[in-house]
Amino acid sequence: MRLRYAPALTLALMLGPVLAGLAGTLLPAIGIFPALGGWAPSLAAFKALLDWPGLERSVSLSLTTGLAATALSLVLTALIVGSWHGTRAFRWLETALSPLLSVPHAAAAFGIAFLIAPSGWISRALSPWATGWTRPPDLLIVQDPWGLAMTLGLVTKELPFLLLMTLAALPQAQPRRSLTVAQALGYGRLTGWLKVVLPRIYAQIRLPVYAVLAYSMSVVDVALILGPNTPPPLAVQVVRWMSDPDLAQRFTAAAGATLQLALVVGALGLWLAGETVAAGLGRRWIARGRRAHAEALARGIALVLGALSAGAVLAGLAGLALWSVAGFWSFPDALPDTLTLRPWMRHGPELLEPALDTLLIAGAATALALALTLACLQAEQRFGLTPGARSLWLLYLPLLIPQIAFLPGLQTLALMAGADMGRGAVILGHLVFVLPYVFLSLGDPFRSWDRRHATIAAALGAGPARIFWTLRLPMLLAPVLTAAAVGFAVSVGQYLPTLLIGAGRVQTLTTEAVALASGGDRRLIGLYAIAQTAVVVLGFALAIAAPRLVWANRRGMRGA
Amino acid sequence: MSESGLILDHLTILRDGAPLVALDLHISPGEVVTVMGPSGVGKSTLLAAITGTLAPGFTLQGGIRLDGRDLTALPPEARHVGILFQDDLLFPHLSVGANLAFGLSPAIRGRAARRHRVQEALAEIGMEGFADRDPATLSGGQKARVALMRMLLSEPRALLLDEPFSRLDAALRGQIRDLVFTRARALGLPTLLVTHDKEDAEAAGGRVIALAAQA
Repeated sequence: MRLRYAPALTLALMLGPVLAGLAGTLLPAIGIFPALGGWAPSLAAFKALLDWPGLERSVSLSLTTGLAATALSLVLTALIVGSWHGTRAFRWLETALSPLLSVPHAAAAFGIAFLIAPSGWISRALSPWATGWTRPPDLLIVQDPWGLAMTLGLVTKELPFLLLMTLAALPQAQPRRSLTVAQALGYGRLTGWLKVVLPRIYAQIRLPVYAVLAYSMSVVDVALILGPNTPPPLAVQVVRWMSDPDLAQRFTAAAGATLQLALVVGALGLWLAGETVAAGLGRRWIARGRRAHAEALARGIALVLGALSAGAVLAGLAGLALWSVAGFWSFPDALPDTLTLRPWMRHGPELLEPALDTLLIAGAATALALALTLACLQAEQRFGLTPGARSLWLLYLPLLIPQIAFLPGLQTLALMAGADMGRGAVILGHLVFVLPYVFLSLGDPFRSWDRRHATIAAALGAGPARIFWTLRLPMLLAPVLTAAAVGFAVSVGQYLPTLLIGAGRVQTLTTEAVALASGGDRRLIGLYAIAQTAVVVLGFALAIAAPRLVWANRRGMRGA
Repeated sequence: MSESGLILDHLTILRDGAPLVALDLHISPGEVVTVMGPSGVGKSTLLAAITGTLAPGFTLQGGIRLDGRDLTALPPEARHVGILFQDDLLFPHLSVGANLAFGLSPAIRGRAARRHRVQEALAEIGMEGFADRDPATLSGGQKARVALMRMLLSEPRALLLDEPFSRLDAALRGQIRDLVFTRARALGLPTLLVTHDKEDAEAAGGRVIALAAQA
């Protein structure tokens, strides 16, 4: 049966492009690029890279923003869950989590830019009565040279991700019992949680944390919107070299991508060393036995920062939506004078084509990922394969290797092979990133399905195929659709794969929106960002609504 | 010895090569044999061996034969061995009627004929008119009866019971137990009951085999 080959095929489709792309990046970096006349190994590309005056700033930006965003997100996650898990405030945060996660990175970044810009909502709210500004002040808040705005933007998106991963890991750690024991020994809620639950949780969310680090260090779309320009973080500069009309710059780009890979690997090593240090300090802290550390203050800070982070994304989106229908809206006014659908009427038609391409690409990549994931999970169960820790690492590999390190290589390889990279190639490129998320989302519910249903059905004479199609799949409809919505959202949000694999000829809502970043036409930006978000939110809404409609008359299927 | 009935011929189940359960047993048609033992002794594993759903890591030696057919090489769906668990395990997304139709032998063809047989089956357990009901809305006793009937409709040649009465309250328990044993005897099914409840074993009225942990 072909099912047996599903895991191998999935691995090939997921890791094949990564490995081929890495080769396609490393070879030009050492001078080998026959299509551009590079036949012999040389270090010229690295020399050119070192000669670029912005290198030092670029490298340090990538390191500082990446490490800061990851550390901040992680600390906030621990404080929020430790302080508030099991309370009503936490349940409110949990409801906000899915919508926050589904907002594409680019849209969230645009929203935040609109909040904090000198002419943004915060400044408008304080002007002129508090600040005295009647015109936007000449301050470089967005795209500040230290990458603070960019770090902030990253935290608002990575915090919900780590929160979700922590919530998924919680049941296994059985926090309630440990926490009760700790509290009975006189420990404060948060201190107790940090001392007895966090160590176990962290062991389980390490891979997602590494993924956040790799992503934050090499992100391009958020950096283009919120990050500094001159020089930009390294990954952005690599994209600039890649799109330079002077093809010789491809060598420099390859060397830069290689450096970015080395930076991420180095930062991961640094992080691992930090884990050891933190573990040692933590053990000593636990051994000292102090029962509480400014609990109320820490809990208050966690709540305020968590709410601020969530509020920033939601308020930013509201601002974008408002801009997309704003008539005349001059500076210190908090709201536009008039509302109009003119921007949507005028630009709606040009939105249609990228929107359709977005739907096509995301739909195809998600369908492929879902089919492969289901085939793998079914094969795993049929043939008694036990997924070990190693397969989890493989699943995370596309998320740990920076996109900028292997996507340029794929473009290079295509150039060498003379292949035309159209939508099909972009779909396969998206698949690399959609697959891990779909698999991670569907794996647990699929495996925890009560196998006795299958035993009963087999005893009733049903074969494996009938059991899968008539029992397992319908009973797992809700998690399957959720996984599909997650995969769809991941695909819609992809910027770099569409840009580099599509060689600029495939336009999605995301590539179009990010391309507007430098222009500053707020109405148009609002339009694209809202369209981009709407597509994703629609997917999640369908995933939630469909099972409820289909199983409306089946009480046993509720909450499943 | 006659070949009819369920025969566990010097059956040994091994976990990672180490023997877990060993049994040599002939259950005649209509006979109920009870296997008792503390939890973890491999009672459910024994049933999984007979249904053909042993988890990876388990192997078996010896033979399992049902009415002269060797079951060990057959896939679960070809064995015609019915099983009831302690939970009713009605498929929650299917109506009561669809649950029964899932079990109904494919030899009965045609929509009308199948629906008719399902309605008959419901009448047999005193549940006329329940075909379109959501299984989640049934009472515990009704669920147990539907689960039993679903299994019987598949025309099994043997019956395995994995503590099927332990979740039912005391009043229902005797009633469902009688229903199951009466049906099994009437149909001449060799029946293997696994339980740790002495009352179940007494009600079964057949041989009782105590499984002890393997050294």
